[in-house]
Amino acid sequence: MKIELTVNGERREADVWGGESLLFALRDQLGLPGSKNACEQGECGSCSVLLDGELVCSCLVLAAQADGHEVVTVEGLGTPESLHRVQEAFVAAGAVQCGFCTPGLVMATVGLLEHTPSPTDDEIREALSGNLCRCTGYQKIFDAVRAAATP
Amino acid sequence: MDVHTPHTLGEALRTKADLPEARFVQGGTDVLVELNFDRSRPPALINLNEVAELRGVHRDDGTLVLGSGLTYSLAMTGVVAEELPALAEASRTVGSPQIRNRGTIGGNLGTASPAGDALPPLLAEGAEVEIVSVRGERRLPLSEFLVGVKRNALEPDELIRAVRIRPSRAKQTFMKVGPRNAMVISVCSLALEVDRERGELRAAFGSAAPTVRLVTAPLGETEGFPALVAASASPIDDVRGTAAYRRHALEVLTRRALERCLA
Amino acid sequence: MTEVEVQTLAEARVEVGIATPAARPDAPPKVLGRFAYSSDLEAAGMLWGHTVRSPHAHARIVSIDITRAVTMPGVHAVLTHDDVPGRKTYGLEFADQPVLAVDRVRYYGEAVAVVAAEHPEQARRAAEAIVVGYEPLEPVVDPERALEQAPVHPERPTMGHGYRDDPRSNVLRSMVITHGDPDAEGDVTVRGYYETASQDQAFLGPESGIAIPDGEGGIDIHVATQWLHVDRDQVAPCLGLAPEQVRIHLAGVGGAFGGREDLSMQIHAGLLALHADRPVKMVYNREESFTGHVHRHPSRVWAEHRASRDGRLVCVHMKILLDGGAYASSSAAVISNAVSFALGPYRVDNARIDGTVVYTNNPPCGAMRGFGAVQTCFAAEAQMDRLAAELGIDPIELRLLNAIEPGDTLPTGQVMTGSLPVAEVIRAAAAIPIPEAEPLPRDPIRLPGGAGNTTRGEGVHRGVGFAVGFKNICFSEGFDDYCSARVQLHADGMAVVHCAAAEVGQGLGGVILQVARAELGTDDVVLETSTTATVGSAGSTSASRMTWMAAGAVRDACRAALEARAAQGGGDVDVERVYRHLPTWALDPETGQVTGERAHVALATCAMRVIVEVDVDLGLTRVVWIGAAQDVGRALNPQSVTGQIEGGTAQGIGLALMEEIQVRDGRIANASFTDYLLPTALDMPPVESVLIEDPQPDAPYGVKGVGEPPTVVSTAAVVAAMRDATGKPLRRAPVRPDEIVGLT
Repeated sequence: MKIELTVNGERREADVWGGESLLFALRDQLGLPGSKNACEQGECGSCSVLLDGELVCSCLVLAAQADGHEVVTVEGLGTPESLHRVQEAFVAAGAVQCGFCTPGLVMATVGLLEHTPSPTDDEIREALSGNLCRCTGYQKIFDAVRAAATP
Repeated sequence: MDVHTPHTLGEALRTKADLPEARFVQGGTDVLVELNFDRSRPPALINLNEVAELRGVHRDDGTLVLGSGLTYSLAMTGVVAEELPALAEASRTVGSPQIRNRGTIGGNLGTASPAGDALPPLLAEGAEVEIVSVRGERRLPLSEFLVGVKRNALEPDELIRAVRIRPSRAKQTFMKVGPRNAMVISVCSLALEVDRERGELRAAFGSAAPTVRLVTAPLGETEGFPALVAASASPIDDVRGTAAYRRHALEVLTRRALERCLA
Repeated sequence: MTEVEVQTLAEARVEVGIATPAARPDAPPKVLGRFAYSSDLEAAGMLWGHTVRSPHAHARIVSIDITRAVTMPGVHAVLTHDDVPGRKTYGLEFADQPVLAVDRVRYYGEAVAVVAAEHPEQARRAAEAIVVGYEPLEPVVDPERALEQAPVHPERPTMGHGYRDDPRSNVLRSMVITHGDPDAEGDVTVRGYYETASQDQAFLGPESGIAIPDGEGGIDIHVATQWLHVDRDQVAPCLGLAPEQVRIHLAGVGGAFGGREDLSMQIHAGLLALHADRPVKMVYNREESFTGHVHRHPSRVWAEHRASRDGRLVCVHMKILLDGGAYASSSAAVISNAVSFALGPYRVDNARIDGTVVYTNNPPCGAMRGFGAVQTCFAAEAQMDRLAAELGIDPIELRLLNAIEPGDTLPTGQVMTGSLPVAEVIRAAAAIPIPEAEPLPRDPIRLPGGAGNTTRGEGVHRGVGFAVGFKNICFSEGFDDYCSARVQLHADGMAVVHCAAAEVGQGLGGVILQVARAELGTDDVVLETSTTATVGSAGSTSASRMTWMAAGAVRDACRAALEARAAQGGGDVDVERVYRHLPTWALDPETGQVTGERAHVALATCAMRVIVEVDVDLGLTRVVWIGAAQDVGRALNPQSVTGQIEGGTAQGIGLALMEEIQVRDGRIANASFTDYLLPTALDMPPVESVLIEDPQPDAPYGVKGVGEPPTVVSTAAVVAAMRDATGKPLRRAPVRPDEIVGLT
């Protein structure tokens, strides 16, 4: 079936199988593999995107449910010439090791800072509690979020 | 696999009546997992995201009506947080921020898992489930709606429209035991209310019986209540915990919840 | 030939000088979502592969019927063992594992058949249509009973490799170390039995890759892996190809931690691609991933520590039993590690260490960060704390009293040389100031139970624990451990470095650039994608060896390139060098004593203090704070080093509190992230690290590996703190709430 949605500010179309998730559509039909497929059951957050401004696991959204809606993925944030300030903060803080969790964490951070520009440490940890990282132990990720937040 | 996206409740009901084998999808936090892992291949899906009548919270006289499409994120705020604080606390413990933005109270009811976090607070409040179909409308007390492990009382053509609650205004709390500090399916959970108006103690627990269960006692019988609640459980051993631990934990939770709500 | 999206690790321009860390070239593409992981690759015309796996832990295969599957829509290939053109088996140390099961399956999830189709859904439906007739057999599921049960591998593939001849059934390898006088007595004796469960590496990037036929009978395989050349050397014989016909290219790796050292989908995808003459992509989902790679060996350890009244260790006995599962993987090396480091970094003049790893029908076990030393450190450090209590000596003082130092002899007879500052590391960890207990009331997420709202302080006890551990760096026991690097200098000033070392997330690319820039005196350096096609083997990204070995190889190749350019008076240069560390020798199979100067080229140690709060009524634990001191040789990139300490500690916390592959009659019962729990942001404490730089004399720039030591010690340290908080013995990791509340 055909779906039409706005992805990173652009009108896009895709031909999807009914049971397909938004994650699969983004990665395999729309040429946007930035969102990751670490678990496909909403337990790791590596597939996180903003759907109409809200942080969601795209593996748990039917592609068909995104028809007519707005999606922002990690590819919509910065460019190689000009990283988004959250992306820069992750790089500078050493928060990127294997990086598989990174797109999801960047999106979760962007989502957090949009609602709460100066979060407390507890607010940061709770906001990121849906994103697993296996490499870093989270410390430098928290450093990155603090650096990107409004002081 | 076809996906139908009705824009009104009526359309949704007609579609389901025509395709009784089709599955409803709202937040997707249960259905998509089954699709992604090849555990379910229904002939069709009915996407409820565009049915506005299922969203929001409104009042019907003294009754709070929570649309089945109410997400956990929204249930942590506003009138729900004010009048149903245990439900708001339970919502905070669900999954993750991502899950809370999509998962719905109606989904918890539809899945009917004994581990559903919204269910103990709703049961403790004596909630009613509002069910609709092309044939009309009916209401069931939540205790009758939950039939067994992941089994509810819906007919093949029916949809959960809302949950109706007359807030008790009792002092209440919700607690959930899990093996780590976030994103857990409960090992056991408890919603407890000290209702001075009705002179009643009410405890609803999850993950310690095939369905969520309610235990009540007169207000004066606080001393024996923790043991009563633990004895009312029928827990099993599974990958998340042992039966013995669940009983033990329920007793501890009940004792602590009473302290909080009697204070 | 079809296009493949492959990300070349691009250069970045930074100041030169070995003291200056290079910015990681892979970090910007990763934050932008543009870094090509193995599961992101695509090729025009590609098919999707899917694997059919055994639902039984042990069964005879009576029949495989593919007739319906081959006719299904979109299907291009349905293959079984009959279709394996070359060698039917593969394996890291012993080729005991069938590419596709032949007449029996030996573990739950063993691969039986593979399918390639146009769309992954078609592949799944075709896989479902393959009918395998099984005759279930009694599975061997207990490692102690296995010694008396029918052998899983009757032909005993691991015997006769210079190993001790052990006639007991199902022994994969057994070792005995006899040191000094094992009958020596002390004034005080402490005996204990300890268990650790099987742990999953749980790297986030799924097993995945793409195999592309080259149109000339050969194949290019792009895959996330830890050791490209060892992959090639297993893939080629099974596909019936010469090594040059199989080229392995490193695709972006989403974490490894030992779980990618063995093959996953490489041969399967290659088989399908050559058969269908189309590129084939395979991606395991998370459930499949649990059976798609090896796990950490679950352990049983019986320990007896004898000490004198003044606290000196007199004699230690340890018996170690590891469950190796259905196939050998790297079990033989894991047990060797386990026995070599079993006693901990202490001077012990008399010992007997008995180590056995067995075959069972449980899921195969192999490399995971720490490689046998985690399991023994858990037991040894628990014993030290009990000794301290028995003797009335402070636990840290007891460790300092017995701390090994260069010049001392290990139980294997190896005299410690080089760097191993155990006492300094213990003192440094002990000196990190401990934070004060936080007053109540607190938000629930700052209490045990977290968001579950289970306590407001009721039942919460604080505990402090301390532990120290160590293990080898680089490969051991006579293994020919080397790394190749190739440097091309172009007349225009640009330098190109080729090294087949696997960047798995640790920051290796940055280190290689840092070394090359410093040696060449230019920042115009490009690091090419790792591939077998252009350079020799780099060895494995494991054993905490890759920084040392790649730094050595790249340094040598750079120096040789400059020399060559000078000798020829300018122009283009292309040189390859192979770097080896000092040689090692095997342990004698009967006595466990080293047969040469050393069995291990270097050791590294880490000490940790942990503060926990435990809700003793519910058995829930919150780790509050960790202070770690680690012996790192030389920190080329301090930020990366502390990143390894923090990440390695997280994995140890997982094993202490929540990670366990639950196996029932050989079947994994919790193969998902719903029920196999990793620590979340709300589970991890702040970690304060102190890096002790005591340069390793024979290593490039004095470096030492840093990835494993924190994982070796953290589980022991966390559980020590929990014992302090609860007063319970806690002899098993992960600790279950039932134990804390007194139900077991």
